Amino acid sequence: MNMNGGQALMKALENEGVDILFGLPGGAILPVYDPLIDSSIRHVLVRHEQGAGHMAEGYAHATGRPGVAMVTSGPAATNIVTPLCDAYMDSIPMVVVTGQVPYAAIGTDAFQECDTTGITMSVTKHNYLVTEAADIPQVIHDAFYIATTGRPGPVLVDIPKDIVDPNNPRSAMEWYTPDSHDLPGYLPNQAGDAELIRQAAKLICEAERPVLYTGGGILKSRGAEALLELAELTGIHVVTTLMNRGGFPDDHPLCLGMPGMHGNYTAVTAMQESDLLIALGARFDDRVTGKVAGFAPLAKIIHVDIDSAELGKVRRPDVAIQGDCRVVIEELVKALKEMGGREAQPDRNQWRSRISGWQERFPLTYEQSKGDEMLKPQYVLEQLRDSTPSDTIVASGVGQHQMWTSQYWKFNHPYTWVNSGGLGTMGFAIPAAIGAKAGRPDRMVWAVDGDGCFQMTAQELVTAATEGFPIKVALINNAYLGMVRQWQEMFYEERYSEVYLTRDVPDYKMWAEALGCVGLRVESPEEVGPAIAQANEINDQPVVVEFRCEAEENVFPMVPAGMSNSDMVVDPSQRDQPR
Amino acid sequence: MTAADGGGTTTLVVRVENKAGVLARVAGLFARRGFNIESLAVAPTDDERFSRLTIVVGVDAAPMEQVVKQLDKLVNVVDIQELNPAVSVERELMMATVRADPSIRGQILDLVRVFQATVLNVGYDEIMVSLTGSPSRVDDFEDLLRPYGIVDVQRTGKVALPKLVKSAPDPLTP
Repeated sequence: MNMNGGQALMKALENEGVDILFGLPGGAILPVYDPLIDSSIRHVLVRHEQGAGHMAEGYAHATGRPGVAMVTSGPAATNIVTPLCDAYMDSIPMVVVTGQVPYAAIGTDAFQECDTTGITMSVTKHNYLVTEAADIPQVIHDAFYIATTGRPGPVLVDIPKDIVDPNNPRSAMEWYTPDSHDLPGYLPNQAGDAELIRQAAKLICEAERPVLYTGGGILKSRGAEALLELAELTGIHVVTTLMNRGGFPDDHPLCLGMPGMHGNYTAVTAMQESDLLIALGARFDDRVTGKVAGFAPLAKIIHVDIDSAELGKVRRPDVAIQGDCRVVIEELVKALKEMGGREAQPDRNQWRSRISGWQERFPLTYEQSKGDEMLKPQYVLEQLRDSTPSDTIVASGVGQHQMWTSQYWKFNHPYTWVNSGGLGTMGFAIPAAIGAKAGRPDRMVWAVDGDGCFQMTAQELVTAATEGFPIKVALINNAYLGMVRQWQEMFYEERYSEVYLTRDVPDYKMWAEALGCVGLRVESPEEVGPAIAQANEINDQPVVVEFRCEAEENVFPMVPAGMSNSDMVVDPSQRDQPR
Repeated sequence: MTAADGGGTTTLVVRVENKAGVLARVAGLFARRGFNIESLAVAPTDDERFSRLTIVVGVDAAPMEQVVKQLDKLVNVVDIQELNPAVSVERELMMATVRADPSIRGQILDLVRVFQATVLNVGYDEIMVSLTGSPSRVDDFEDLLRPYGIVDVQRTGKVALPKLVKSAPDPLTP
């Protein structure tokens, strides 16, 4: 079938199963926006290209399918670099199509030209500059394959205008449906080595104080069920990193919750005291390990990861297994069953009682506000958690509100937590929530945002309002760049430098209304529940609920940067407790 | 630490797809970590779909491990061999133009003979020579030419292949 490159691009995207595209047109990508009109793919018109990227990420987080964004060249391409880097850090499958100036004009400093593939080389799993229209079907097929297999990640496809412009003879091509990939340097391996899996099983059977340290690889490999089976078979406690919240149910008796800098005391301490860490799809991130030399000093390490570069990157494992988390866990479960299953596990009652002791002495806690005191953000999150369906999808920005959300929410379902872990991208919440809602319109989607974050990407609420994505935003307004303020309080002798945002400017309620949302303002604890109930009832419009919160509330517990996890700072009310 | 101040070097032989931008991807991985590439030789292999890069980096093996793994993750990188100089044959080509007043030209030709180098071109007071050899032999030749005044020198960077197995299987198959 004869067609032009632009038509071929749309057809190729349709063939990959793309149902929704987040984008914003412009000069170089213009010819592709014409065949888009005739395509089955829904396009969501964003207000800023960064929004398109984060929406694609949110979609991928919530559905497991690759998110797709399409923007023009030059400034549009540079605007989407942040989401690309975010997706690269958090292994989010995403395909971004960028327009480029005509092939012959590349390198001439043409209008809206930038070296998109050069700029994005280090923040993508792979990228392409397509030079011939005839390459489009194969490149798109390869791009989705690379984005979604192995360790998932973002792939960028840069398309010069002339090869998609029907008025240019260089766009003429014959359609073909690619049925294979010629990628001799890309052979993702799924299965783990059987002998290493047996060795891992043996270590597990010998361990007295084992902990399952589970990361984003669980969710990426769709391995939550396998993990549950492994944990229940062995009776080993599970910590879920920020990237694996929801990958193991928080209400499960074996769940210890989030480890790391703001993780809960028991999760951090159990890892510190453990004699065997079974790291599954986790990467020993500095926010989890604290000072590496002091991290889990007595523990042997089993490390399972699809990416062999993660094995030994931070901590040398005793058993390193390269493979897909779900596949390896399933094999591990088989091996453990062959060794005797639960019967072969040693008596770990002493360890269990130490864990429950920590849980009793060091639960998450905060001091409820009294009298005229301002709202406590933790209270808002507890109320929100208790007044929404358990499968609500929660997206967050980055900072104190993100940590409180991860701490206080009960994640009992996989793919309900959408957040920016590795890159820590402020402003992620609103566009990511829109993407999640686009992927899961059946679910309630709440964005929990800070006032600093909100001001970075609030314009996408216009997208939500006009495109029909009734997300809800819980805006924790503490008038500060709160996490930075906390660090200045704790580590810079309360010398506050450029962290005060003001309480009343902008007027968030009015701003929300101007953006096409319902705006609500909450100032006292009694108003919290009714406002959430009101927001939950609104399904034809986005809602922003501004919770005016205490400015000086800090996130505890905390491992100060560069310190060992054994030096965790707990809530002031727990500082006299025996460790 | 570089080879020049006594640190180790690592030689990587990297087979890549013969496509635009692949060298930039490979070089970028070293640049991002502040590793200087000491020499680099690139040429297509007998299979025109692939090129072979021979990269010498002034970094000890330990910090290289992560780079090699990252390199292996590049979609266009097909395979990587880390070559230990003790078990590989290394060659480098040098071309040099040296001052050679007719009165001393004979001395330079003596060196050319000793090193089994080649005279490529002769001017009225300069001579152009070339030598292919192990990098250390090329170093020696360059050091000996230097006092005469090197006008121009160009080295290719080394290429290398693993040494072959010496002990034949028993019995020897025809």
